[in-house]
Amino acid sequence: MNDTGYDYSVVRGFAFSALFWLVIGLVIGLWIAFEMFNPALNITPWLSFGRLRVVHTNGLGLGFGLAGIFATAYYMLQRLTRTPLPFPGLAKAHLWLFNAAIAAAAVSLMAGLNTTKEYAELEWPLDVGVVIIWVMFAVNVFAILIKRQEKQMYISLWYLIAMTVTVAVLYIVNNLAIPLNLFKSYSLYAGANDANVEWWYGHNIVGFIFTVPVLAMFYYFLPKATGLPIYSHRLSIVSFWSLIFAYLWTGAHHLMLTPLPEWIQTVAIAFSIFLIAPSWGSVVNGYYTLQGNWDQMRTNYLTKFFIIGVTFYGLQTLQGPLQGLRTLNAFFHYTDWVVGHVHMGTMGWVAMVISAAFYYMIPRITGRELYSVKLANIHFWLILVGQLAWTITMWIGGIQQGAMWKATNPDGSLMYSFLDALTSLYPYYRMRFAAGVVYFIGILVFAWNLIQTVRQEPSAAAEA
Amino acid sequence: MGIYSKPVVFAVTSALVILVGTVVTVFVPMFMPSTQPVSAYVKPYTSIEQEGRDIYMREGCSNCHTQTVRPLRTEVLRYGEYSKAEEFAWDRPFLWGSRRTGPDLNRIGGKYPDSWHYRHMQSPQSMFEKSNMPPYGWLAENRLDTSESFRKTQILGYGYTEEQVKQQIADYKAKVTAPDYDSKATRDQVTPEALRGELTEMDAIVAYMQKLGRDVKSMEAQR
Repeated sequence: MNDTGYDYSVVRGFAFSALFWLVIGLVIGLWIAFEMFNPALNITPWLSFGRLRVVHTNGLGLGFGLAGIFATAYYMLQRLTRTPLPFPGLAKAHLWLFNAAIAAAAVSLMAGLNTTKEYAELEWPLDVGVVIIWVMFAVNVFAILIKRQEKQMYISLWYLIAMTVTVAVLYIVNNLAIPLNLFKSYSLYAGANDANVEWWYGHNIVGFIFTVPVLAMFYYFLPKATGLPIYSHRLSIVSFWSLIFAYLWTGAHHLMLTPLPEWIQTVAIAFSIFLIAPSWGSVVNGYYTLQGNWDQMRTNYLTKFFIIGVTFYGLQTLQGPLQGLRTLNAFFHYTDWVVGHVHMGTMGWVAMVISAAFYYMIPRITGRELYSVKLANIHFWLILVGQLAWTITMWIGGIQQGAMWKATNPDGSLMYSFLDALTSLYPYYRMRFAAGVVYFIGILVFAWNLIQTVRQEPSAAAEA
Repeated sequence: MGIYSKPVVFAVTSALVILVGTVVTVFVPMFMPSTQPVSAYVKPYTSIEQEGRDIYMREGCSNCHTQTVRPLRTEVLRYGEYSKAEEFAWDRPFLWGSRRTGPDLNRIGGKYPDSWHYRHMQSPQSMFEKSNMPPYGWLAENRLDTSESFRKTQILGYGYTEEQVKQQIADYKAKVTAPDYDSKATRDQVTPEALRGELTEMDAIVAYMQKLGRDVKSMEAQR
């Protein structure tokens, strides 16, 4: 608590939880990246690739991503409504239960409790826990919105509301299952239906955790950090509604050329292409906000994070729909190209925006100056170079892999065995690992900078 | 600008907006025959095969292997007949996967003898020197837990009686422990002595591998 009555302890708690899970998730990421070219690292069942890969995705998606979202959401909600948290005790319980759930998730996945539904691997008791945690968050969100002092709800709040509602719908529908015992359950849906539900969930959980709330951060922190108002309010309105409308139709582009009925695949392609428009609505809104002030890319370290971040969002939302097209999908799907695609969004867009949001927020909630702007710049360059090297390596590797799978001899027989294609990627896997190390060092600099920031003496100037 | 100052109305509107695409592409198809075609050829898993499937899920095999062959020329050449919706009628959950670090497995059943799978599971690198698959030899050191096998088949709606499940387990055990089992030598090699007369997790996952795609082969043969 401070003199404004805002409760920042939970913001701080979630921010440092996010940092903690970010470091853990990346260590596991490096470990499995190494296993990709050296299977000797599969030293116990608990550390085998099949089990650890899901610890990596859950640890970063839920541990880092969600904690970062909760930290910034609790901050933005209080500032944008000019209202203190209605239930600070509940928010604190939310923080502790969240971390306990992520720890339990990591241990259970390493123990092999895995429903195998991508991004929804947790077994049912943990699913129940996730729903409870989400309700705790939602109670605070809606209570603060109802009690708010500010009449109009700013753009960021729209995105937070959409996230809160949609994630609840997605998570509950996709995770419906029949329990066998405390540790195992079977999906309520079977075969093609199960696949359809899963990728409706899988695509949208990425959308409503890695796009929607990160856009909320972007719309709030970009004007704050640059001192410039968002270029067009009307464009934000159009972008918002068309984004959340179109998103939910597109999940089946993950299931191109599978036994899923073709009409669902075709509808998914059409809406995926349409989705470029609202995505770029936000990208353009961001760029135009800076019009006439592009010198900030040199003078304001935060602007760099936001603008390069939203650029990766723009590239991601072009690449996504294109690789959803049937012919391109036939070539790229199941290859490392897709892995490169995912990581441009997560290592580029999500991590850059959350980083900048934390750099803006942490000094303000703790009453301390940022420890080092120079280190923040080093962090920026390390994660930019690391991410680019990482994704470009995977794109090239993916093209090679796709081409080798498709290559035929003049007599029509296959030119390469599956293993030929795999082993030809090992050099790329080594490069990818090295790029991951560069990125990881950047994240360590980030964590160090924020830890040193809160360890300093409070400064009068920082509280603004 | 009413809606932007009414959070509850805003939340309800958002929910309706996201539900349009959801209802059309996800909820309605749940009840359409095209997403749940039935086939007389596709049989539910035996309880041993189901145990193997559960191990496949536990070990996260679907992170590297897909189980859907696409209707593309090179894919059919590489793996076999492309996948049809009716093959997956009994699959809860589906295991189509999203990534091929390893090859597709939808047509692996019957492609190799059991002995190949035992050896490959124990040490993929002994078969393919440059494979990056983790070794799963330790599965042969775990006795197969069949205490819930019957309940599993009940939940999954396979329609077996408890007697049938017991029989399936006994039959498979008799098969792999028989002195004239065609893969006996390899099985003995990978299985610790104390477990050679028992069913192991390795036996179950090999049974599952051999089930994949087999029904489709019989379906094609009949056509």
